[in-house]
Amino acid sequence: MLLLLLGIVILHIASLVLLFVSTIVNAWTTGSTSSSDLWNNCSTTNGGYHCEPANTGVWIQAVQALMILSIIFSFISLFLFFCQLFTLQKGGRFFLTGVFQILASLFVMSGAVIYTVMSPKWVPDSEAFGWAYIMAWVAFPLALISGLIYVILRKRE
Amino acid sequence: MLTILALASVVLLGIVPQQSEAIVIYTGWERHALVGSDIRLSCSFFSWRWTSDDVTFSWSYRADGARDAISIFHYTGGAPYLDNKGPFRDRLEFVGNPGRRDGSILLKNLDYGDNGTFTCDAKNPPDIVGRASSVRLLVFEKVPIQAGVITGSIIGAVLGLLLLIVVIYYLMRFLVARRVFNLSVSKHGKKGKGKEGSQQRQASPLVVDPSKLKAAASEKKKQESRKDKK
Repeated sequence: MLLLLLGIVILHIASLVLLFVSTIVNAWTTGSTSSSDLWNNCSTTNGGYHCEPANTGVWIQAVQALMILSIIFSFISLFLFFCQLFTLQKGGRFFLTGVFQILASLFVMSGAVIYTVMSPKWVPDSEAFGWAYIMAWVAFPLALISGLIYVILRKRE
Repeated sequence: MLTILALASVVLLGIVPQQSEAIVIYTGWERHALVGSDIRLSCSFFSWRWTSDDVTFSWSYRADGARDAISIFHYTGGAPYLDNKGPFRDRLEFVGNPGRRDGSILLKNLDYGDNGTFTCDAKNPPDIVGRASSVRLLVFEKVPIQAGVITGSIIGAVLGLLLLIVVIYYLMRFLVARRVFNLSVSKHGKKGKGKEGSQQRQASPLVVDPSKLKAAASEKKKQESRKDKK
């Protein structure tokens, strides 16, 4: 029982860490001399390495908001899990925790989808998607599975 | 004791204005405007002295990329003097109130060439030591959405919705519980004594509706207990 609990918590925290890293690191698209992400476009030119804030388009701000919301919801879900662990009756389901985690996964998915669809506008064809972008896509099924486990799981002992 | 206090206050009153004699000028930091529109550049100051009759305001303009600034406005001796030779001739208007320490000017019909830094300098004799303050003007064809506005509004809207749902849920629970409580109290009262017929008739329309609510509440409780048993 304790092992199961530990495994679930580790899964949850892993998806949370993935979300964090993916939002923060500047590697959503990488080219030979430049990299850009949700917040900055950085490039190495002859002068050196300098960054400028991402253009203030409507869609990139939506992606920023969705990623931040998914992190917030994942945090709330972790907090609720610990709350429900101690207050739920025997045989009860961690329904609220699961709902929040599933919502977080949906937000990550929408953010990644919007970025993918709008990227031809922002990213020149010579550049490829970076690892932080891939992390966002990996975080989505992890969070979804974690949420579903919470919805199915029942409290014992 | 009182004399010492009086002496100390006199000394302090004498010292404090001497130290903080500098005048502090406030303008904006940056202004965005559309081509063809008007914009009001505000300038006000703070000074420990009363506003004197010889208060002066002067605005100067340094275009983006230019090396020196030209003077475009000066207010002195109670009269404003506007630019009549430079790039802002016939486009400036004085909309400030020197008596209220406001030296704002209005720029009309902006163009891309008006991008630059506007500096306001105010003097309130004898308070003349101070640093001029500058405001940067940016003229756009279309005012861009500032970074983070949409982000913040989406996050705020979703979290607000969440909060609203939580509040409504707890409110509904509270209301249902209160109605059940009221009903149980009234039913108790009705059973307690054989009251007069009028009172019974008054009570009956109240009983019919809450009975449905009570049935719903009891059904909910039955469902919950069934869930728990599972």
